[in-house]
Order: sequence, then C-alpha cells, then structure tokens
Amino acid sequence: MVILNIVIVVFLIVCALAIGRIKDLLGAVILFSAYSLMMSVLWLVLKTPDVAITEAAIGAGVTSILFFAVISKTKRYEK
Amino acid sequence: MNDIIVKNITRIIIPFAQVYGIFIILNGHVSPGGGFAGGAIIGTTLILYTLVFGREKGKKKFSHKASEIAESGGIIWFVTIGLVGLVVADRFLTNINAGFPEGIIGEILSGGMIPLLMIGIGVKVASTMISLFNLLIDEGV
Repeated sequence: MVILNIVIVVFLIVCALAIGRIKDLLGAVILFSAYSLMMSVLWLVLKTPDVAITEAAIGAGVTSILFFAVISKTKRYEK
Repeated sequence: MNDIIVKNITRIIIPFAQVYGIFIILNGHVSPGGGFAGGAIIGTTLILYTLVFGREKGKKKFSHKASEIAESGGIIWFVTIGLVGLVVADRFLTNINAGFPEGIIGEILSGGMIPLLMIGIGVKVASTMISLFNLLIDEGV
C-alpha cells in the first residue's frame, strides 16, 4: 500500500509541474483532469470515500468542462 | 455536435448516471456521498446533454426559468425545514427533538430530517451546475 501511495504522489507531482510548464492551455486542462482523477484515487486509498466522490465529480468533471467553455471563448495557446 | 456514436452513447449513459446521482443523494446519511456530490453528478449529466445535443435542445429540457425555480426552491426547502426546528424546539435545524422520526439506524428511513435536507441540497447544486455552464456559453465575448 505504501508503494501505491508513492506512485500516486509522484504522478501528482509530475502532473502539477507539467501543468505549470505547458503552453497549450487545452493540454493543461486535460492534465488537470488527470491530476484530479489521481487525487480522487489517493483520497480513496486514504479512506475518505466521501471526499473521493466529490473530487471525481467536481475536479475531474465540472471544473474541466467550465475551463473548456472558457478556452472556447478565448485563445488556446499561451503567448 | 453531429456524431452518431457520441449521441447514442450519451443517450445510453445519462439515465444510469442520473440514477446513480439520486442514489448518492438518498443514501447520503448512511453511506459516503450526500447532497453535494450527488447533485454535482446530476448537474454533470445535464451539462453532457447540452454539450452533445446543442443549446436549443438543452434549453427545451431544462430551461433557465426551471433552473431559477429549482435553485430558489432548494434553498427555501432547506430553510423551511430548519425553521421547523426553530419553531417546535429551540434551535435552528433541530433534528430528533423537533419530532422528526428517528427510524432504524443504518436503514434508509433514518436520521430524521437529514434525507429531506439532502434532497434540497442536491436539487440546488444540480441546477447551479447547469446554470453556471449555460451562463458561460450564452454570454457573447
């Protein structure tokens, strides 16, 4: 179980650094969605299924859809 | 979007996702979940419908007027149940002492007024999600 925790945390760190560095905003939103999904798995491993359900619904679902709507109104690439 | 695969998959998935959301809302007091999580799942299915079938059909299913009524109705329902506790007992949101049935612990009909509160929260959160998305899409930039 400790190894699973370490793998998930490393994935989260890599995702967070990639979100900061990437120039394509659509890719950033997709990376953020992957980050949220992994975060919900981590909450489940840490025995808080309540937070995991909310994270999967809000973080991976609604937030990325709202970001997609904003990107469709503005530009896709960062200057 | 005019893709037959996406349309049919959406048509199949949406009822199951909505039933799952209703399940989470109604079981909020005996298992993980609750009004906020279940309402967010139902709101996501409504957003999915609007994305796939277009804004006009989405408006026909769940208009802005219905969204306003659901949002205000959810919070009015919450405050009304809270005021029952204030009137019958001495505090806002008093549960068992205000005469709500206690039920059997672990069954779905238990917890007094908490399932009723969860229904109100779920309706409000679901309509808030869809109206956030609609306002963002409708506003011209």
